[in-house]
Amino acid sequence: MATKKRKKKEMFALGNEAVVEGALLAGCTFYAGYPITPSTEIAEVMSARLPLVKDGVFLQMEDEIASMGAIIGSSLAGRKSMTATSGPGFSLMQENLGYACMTEVPLVLVNVMRGGPSTGLPTSPAQGDVQQARWGCHGDHPIIVLSASDVQECLEMTVVAFNFAEKYRTPVILLLDEITAHTREKIVIPDPEDFEIISRVTPAMPPEWYVSYEETMRGVPALPPLGSGYRFHVTGLTHDQNGFPTSKPDEVKALMHRQFRKIDQFFYDIQLVDEVNCDDAEVVVVAYGCVARSAELAVHMARERGVKAGLLKLKTLFPFPKTAVQTLARQCKALVVPEMNMGQISREVKRVNNGLTHVITNNRVDGQIITPSEIFKNIMQA
Amino acid sequence: MAQVTQLIHDYLRHNKKFPHVYCAGCGHGIVLGSLIRSVHGLGYAKDDIVLVAGIGCSGRMAVYVDFNTVHTTHGRALTFATGIKMANPNLKVIVVMGDGDAMSIGGNHLIHAARRNIGLTTLVLNNNIYGMTGGQYSPTSPVGTVSATSPFGQLERSFDIVDMAMASGASYVARGTVLHATMLDGLISDALEKPGFNLVEILTPCHTQYGRKNKFKTVVDMYQWYKKNTVKLDRYRQLKSEEQDKFTPIGVFRDEMRPGLETRYAELRNKLQEQRNA
Amino acid sequence: MSKKKGLAKVTIYPDWCKGCGICAAFCPAGVFELRADGKSHVVREEECVNCGFCELHCPDFAVSVTPKEISRRKTDACVDPRVEAADPSAGTDPGPEENVGTPNREEDHGHKKA
Repeated sequence: MATKKRKKKEMFALGNEAVVEGALLAGCTFYAGYPITPSTEIAEVMSARLPLVKDGVFLQMEDEIASMGAIIGSSLAGRKSMTATSGPGFSLMQENLGYACMTEVPLVLVNVMRGGPSTGLPTSPAQGDVQQARWGCHGDHPIIVLSASDVQECLEMTVVAFNFAEKYRTPVILLLDEITAHTREKIVIPDPEDFEIISRVTPAMPPEWYVSYEETMRGVPALPPLGSGYRFHVTGLTHDQNGFPTSKPDEVKALMHRQFRKIDQFFYDIQLVDEVNCDDAEVVVVAYGCVARSAELAVHMARERGVKAGLLKLKTLFPFPKTAVQTLARQCKALVVPEMNMGQISREVKRVNNGLTHVITNNRVDGQIITPSEIFKNIMQA
Repeated sequence: MAQVTQLIHDYLRHNKKFPHVYCAGCGHGIVLGSLIRSVHGLGYAKDDIVLVAGIGCSGRMAVYVDFNTVHTTHGRALTFATGIKMANPNLKVIVVMGDGDAMSIGGNHLIHAARRNIGLTTLVLNNNIYGMTGGQYSPTSPVGTVSATSPFGQLERSFDIVDMAMASGASYVARGTVLHATMLDGLISDALEKPGFNLVEILTPCHTQYGRKNKFKTVVDMYQWYKKNTVKLDRYRQLKSEEQDKFTPIGVFRDEMRPGLETRYAELRNKLQEQRNA
Repeated sequence: MSKKKGLAKVTIYPDWCKGCGICAAFCPAGVFELRADGKSHVVREEECVNCGFCELHCPDFAVSVTPKEISRRKTDACVDPRVEAADPSAGTDPGPEENVGTPNREEDHGHKKA
């Protein structure tokens, strides 16, 4: 973010509050949700802020299924929409999330991860929903999953999430964890001109020319708001370019392939990572979320001891940043993957590593954060 | 009465396959016709109507009619519709659901949509069966119904959709049948004009999956059953209670003028924004 | 609405008729007859009292009832192929037809949860 001379607005904010700031900066005017720890502050702050935004709507729905349905509806009606939840609620959202993938409805879903499965550890952090975020809804589908590791990033990645959702006409999942969401620290609210705010492409042609799921170079069809004169059909059934149900294999194939293509051909834009001391690193820690903060300190501790350690912080989890990981795997003698689950991202790291280097996993599922010294120990042993 | 069919043609999507998917004698086509006549009679523009449908036979209605149409997930039509209405209160949002859709998998959404009195017009097409999946008993199947999943007759007490909607706080509640089509036109038109959550339960026969297994020889017998066993509400209320049990009342059960949630939310928002700007 | 007989033209569009028999069963004037081809046929149009029941209750939008004068004018001036297809002569005596079998059905996409 470019720094300006004028003093920027600063806030002492929770990660969850920063999400709200980011969403409002990105142009979100519609929130529907259901209370669940540890994501509830997002709903609470939204309920106070949105009525003050032009046409802003906050809805507390009867459950997470309904929340997801409501934001799909509002997004189709032209609003930038979001919801927030945590593990059990995320599971309930999966069916309608699949609907949003199939019908290509832009929306942002924040999942503040807590210990699971089931009610699990409701007030403790975990990173156990990573693969659920990727493959939670049935059927093949592309999806964008982002993460944030500190409060400032909560704000920034929420803006990125809205931009990706609108640009690629897809649901975007922002995975936080209880620690990131409940950490309170100073953030700087960027000026609107510091950010690029992207909104969905709406059709410019007359309604009778509009083809609602048109095969285009970019693979992202234009989306007019409901009621704007472009009458079209939206269905969760596989559909042809006009949006009407089809089961003809050639049309189904074209639909599925376009949906993947619209994400796959923009990996360079979507796959966001931060590298810390990676240029000459011999041991690279691959981390995301709150663990990335521990990892950053561990890397500095190792450097002080003369070990050439680096950090690859994943801000995009899916589509998995294969190129970034492979590039580092080729240069280093080991990749250390600390995460608060039994190995959900290390599975991806091992897949793209494909024998290039040694992958060391560092897992924890007891509701406690992985400490810098724990990661440091793994770096030193690598 | 002339030119009703021509009028309906003007609202159908001509590039869709006709005759439509419904079985011979299925009442869903009659509901579609009634809905079109009501919308036309009230003079709404096609662009201003959003038809939101669930999954099942009733859900297929959305494909055929030239409004803004959203064919949602099973049971969740009301949630999508709630989002659409709150996002753009100027739209006329009509929700079409089946009995399984509305009362079983979507029962929670129905009671809460009614409770928050969101401005939707909801048509529940009650054919007492899960038709599209091959005729399993639904929450509105009468006790004793023989179905694919109750070969020995089902034992559970069935839901009364009208009672449920009223208890949940809907501001307009009515019941009609596809046999009483003119009355149905009136009920749907009435509902479309009311603010807040309004619901019309429509009894519509499914001969293929329900009738054949439950002693209706032909689909016409099911329409005859509606003729013999339904009675207008005012007459029903005059019947003795033991006689009432033999009949299903049809008509308007509740008709209140209460602003929808979308209106009340807009008022709150305006008030807050005025206070801030003052 | 006139209760006089014979003032309306009743048309069945055979390709949309599924032969459910609602029109034949409920027509107060006995205008329709269900035939072996599985379709309803207009057999006593002169008895029609133009009540419109059939038009309101045909689930397949296959019946049209048109007052006769309007019908003539419409047919002459008609450029709309849909109305052309519903030309009265097509409905009254379709002649021997091939067995059209069951109506076109789209794939059953429905799902209800187990």
